[in-house]
Amino acid sequence: MTLRQFKVWRGDASGGQLNDYKVEVNEGEVVLDVIHRLQATQEPDLACRWNCKAGKCGSCSMEINGMPRLGCMTRMSTFEEDETISITPLRTFPVIRDLVTDVSFNYEKAQEMPAFAPPADLAPGEYRMQQIDVERSQEFRKCIECFLCQNTCHVVRDHDDNKPAFSGPRLFIRAAELDMHPLDARHDRKEIAQQSQGLGYCNITKCCTEVCPEHIKITDNAIIPMKERVVDRRYDPLVVFGRKILRRDQLAATVPSGPTVHAGPVTVADGQAPVDFGRELTPPQPAETNASGHVNLNEMLSDRAAAASPFGDDITFPINPNSLNYYHPER
Amino acid sequence: MINIEKHWYDVVVIGAGGAGLRAAIEARLAGKKVAIISKSLFGKAHTVMAEGGAAAAMGNVNPNDNWMVHFRDTMRGGKFLNNYRMAELHAKEAPERIWELETYGALFDRTKDGKISQRNFGGHEYPRLAHVGDRTGLELIRTLQQKIVSLQQEDKAQHGAYDARLRVFAECTITELLLDESTGEKRIAGAFGYHRESGEFVLFEAPAVVLATGGVGRSYKVTSNSWEYTGDGHALALRAGAKLINMEFLQFHPTGMVWPPSVRGILVTESVRGDGGVLKNTEGKRFMFEYVPDVFRKQYAETPEEGDRWYTDPDNNRRPPELLPRDEVARAINSEVKAGRGTKAGGVYLDIASRRPAAEILKKLPSMYHQFKELADVDITTQPMEVGPTCHYVMGGVEVDPDTASAGVLGLYAAGEVSGGMHGSNRLGGNSLSDLLVFGKRAGEYAASYTDTLGKRPKVDDKQVAAAVEEALTPLARDGGENPYTLQSDLQDVMGDLVGIIRRKGELQESLSRLSELRERIRKVGASGGRRYNPGWHLALDLRNMLVVSECTAKAALEREESRGGHTREDFPKMDAKWRQVNLVCAITPTGDVDLTHQPIPTMTPDLLALFDKSELAKYMTDQELS
Repeated sequence: MTLRQFKVWRGDASGGQLNDYKVEVNEGEVVLDVIHRLQATQEPDLACRWNCKAGKCGSCSMEINGMPRLGCMTRMSTFEEDETISITPLRTFPVIRDLVTDVSFNYEKAQEMPAFAPPADLAPGEYRMQQIDVERSQEFRKCIECFLCQNTCHVVRDHDDNKPAFSGPRLFIRAAELDMHPLDARHDRKEIAQQSQGLGYCNITKCCTEVCPEHIKITDNAIIPMKERVVDRRYDPLVVFGRKILRRDQLAATVPSGPTVHAGPVTVADGQAPVDFGRELTPPQPAETNASGHVNLNEMLSDRAAAASPFGDDITFPINPNSLNYYHPER
Repeated sequence: MINIEKHWYDVVVIGAGGAGLRAAIEARLAGKKVAIISKSLFGKAHTVMAEGGAAAAMGNVNPNDNWMVHFRDTMRGGKFLNNYRMAELHAKEAPERIWELETYGALFDRTKDGKISQRNFGGHEYPRLAHVGDRTGLELIRTLQQKIVSLQQEDKAQHGAYDARLRVFAECTITELLLDESTGEKRIAGAFGYHRESGEFVLFEAPAVVLATGGVGRSYKVTSNSWEYTGDGHALALRAGAKLINMEFLQFHPTGMVWPPSVRGILVTESVRGDGGVLKNTEGKRFMFEYVPDVFRKQYAETPEEGDRWYTDPDNNRRPPELLPRDEVARAINSEVKAGRGTKAGGVYLDIASRRPAAEILKKLPSMYHQFKELADVDITTQPMEVGPTCHYVMGGVEVDPDTASAGVLGLYAAGEVSGGMHGSNRLGGNSLSDLLVFGKRAGEYAASYTDTLGKRPKVDDKQVAAAVEEALTPLARDGGENPYTLQSDLQDVMGDLVGIIRRKGELQESLSRLSELRERIRKVGASGGRRYNPGWHLALDLRNMLVVSECTAKAALEREESRGGHTREDFPKMDAKWRQVNLVCAITPTGDVDLTHQPIPTMTPDLLALFDKSELAKYMTDQELS
């Protein structure tokens, strides 16, 4: 047993300071043990989150000597005996009190993330998946939501203004997990990550991977593959060229095959929507193609005196507004 | 003037672990407006600690498995003290509940043909535990958490707000249930508590409350339980007029780490033994072969050679005795330590390192390896672990109706660890995750349907609210009160030393007098500081719950003069068929004292009884019952 020096941040949203403490440390203890001793013997109202004390719940996230760590997984034996250990709250989130921060940002971002979409044709008990296929997603489901990755990510760490547009590594692995889920019925996970989660803000500095207590390869196994494939789809010159020259049916994934359902809200604010947004609409019809499957480039062979309409030849303009799944909020 | 935030809900679920979340999902699916109260952040529940898996007789690995075999195993494990109807419902409904999780997005480990894989576990006749490596509890919580988010997204689409019909109140503690007694019958009218972050009070007006608060392990020093396990639900139920049964039965998990201190109490999952790990004393002897009780003699191997063959050929060999039910293993370790063959820290060695290649250990027990490497710098692929019994689970709890999970007070329901009866005197590993799904769903379903039957909503009594406010504020106002941390530590000493794994009459009597001294001291508990996120104040308020539940345990342990499952009396080492017919029931008097009574256990129906050999029943039942 030795007496060791600690600096612990105390305060709240209005401000605070590092206080000095001398606390007993026994062989085999971790930082959280020391905080408990500090509470029991000197500072009964020192605020600190913790639950399992076994590295499984991800509650006791804090910054120890400036490094985002779990208090329960930071062994005292990793410090020099005469070293002063400073313990501060997570910097990216607003302080509530002492070591406790307001992490609601992460829960809000999780709410925005479209949930698992169960396959419509399988009843409970009929799911069949191979171990090798579930393992990829399972890596990300190890996440204990300690939010150390969110805390350390420089996109939001010192840039509050990025928070609205950026979901953070925790939610990128959630997106990757669903993307790789063998039976998830949605196929636009990467696009969502790019368009509404702010995947593009990440410039792969791997800080998140470094602090992950579960050793999830956040950058290598989730973010980079998602970025690559998003890039594939959007910018790959071959794909762009292909779009121009290929038959419509060769661009299979880009044309919806069945009726589409508008995903927008069913009711508007006053509950009086005159349009049924949930109804089924006929999918757009592909432009007419010739015997070899190509769009007719030669006006001579077409049934009209112009190129085929990019909207499909079955649509006449102006469109009757009543056939649209759109309602102008000010009308 | 005290400010109280008010909310109006149909169903309030107290507790955000597996049972609470499952109940909330069901009540929301039934169209109710539901609040989930979580003492911690959303998703941090103690359920994440469950490692082994969820037991459900799906028969994916061994097609001979079915609900009847599972039922038999559960009753055997609980030494026939289980509420048979709960065990029956549990065995029948568990597979559906597991399959349902897959539709919420859960990813269990798979068999070769793509089904959910199932693993062996102590007390289960066939491989039965659906699992995800050794982090099944985490998968379960995350899945339910994400299902709740998905329901919230539906609500947002329909009503414009995520929490229109299902809201999670994170870091919120309930201190009192509120009752409407105006009709002459006690009915739940709501719940009162405080936000931990701000210290502000909050009042939920709701006709139905589901208790899903988990267990009581924080009353013990060596425990696998998190700080939240202070018996809140048990105590709330008692104060609302419900009863607790079987409180003498606490499960001490046989293999918790005892050294080093940073991991003290942390469980080493049974699958370490299921996958080849063996227990050795300091003399290097594999001692479990000497501790196979007569009732299990036929099912367990007699030689290490036979036991070792079982791992690869379970059909032609009997299982090794390391896989006996938890109470038997805990008792065996305790005996070895008492005989002086234990380690300095009071444990024995659990060795998988010398029996399996490192790569295989890493594959099968990844988070276990990771946990001990990181937390304690112990490498389980090269060195044995030092393990001993640690307080893990309370079999006892709120007495509930098996079908509806109703707790005997109108509008009050209980599910999961806080409820009692399902596991009898001892719980099989893997049965808790399935228990909380099966009965969580039922509690949510019946709480929702109860609110449909109401003519007029019960009304909250302002006097009760005022009393609850005063009770909560008193420790803050008291100058120079007792230190809550000291009181908790003293309570843990009493329970650990005197009401631990092996119990004696004299010690139990002493524990009762020490507990009554503590009761006086807890009345004088003080907390310094303000109301914003003040752990000292929070603990001060939890103490009275811990105390009353500890009193129930100590009283019931003194009363039951036999050894059965999670209750071992040194002075009554044998199981007694007469005591099998009795449930010990605790209630509290208006002055707050614990009142203990005997109650006959429900008689099993003939069709269920017929599932057992008569010779087996003879080990548990009196001659009179058998004829």
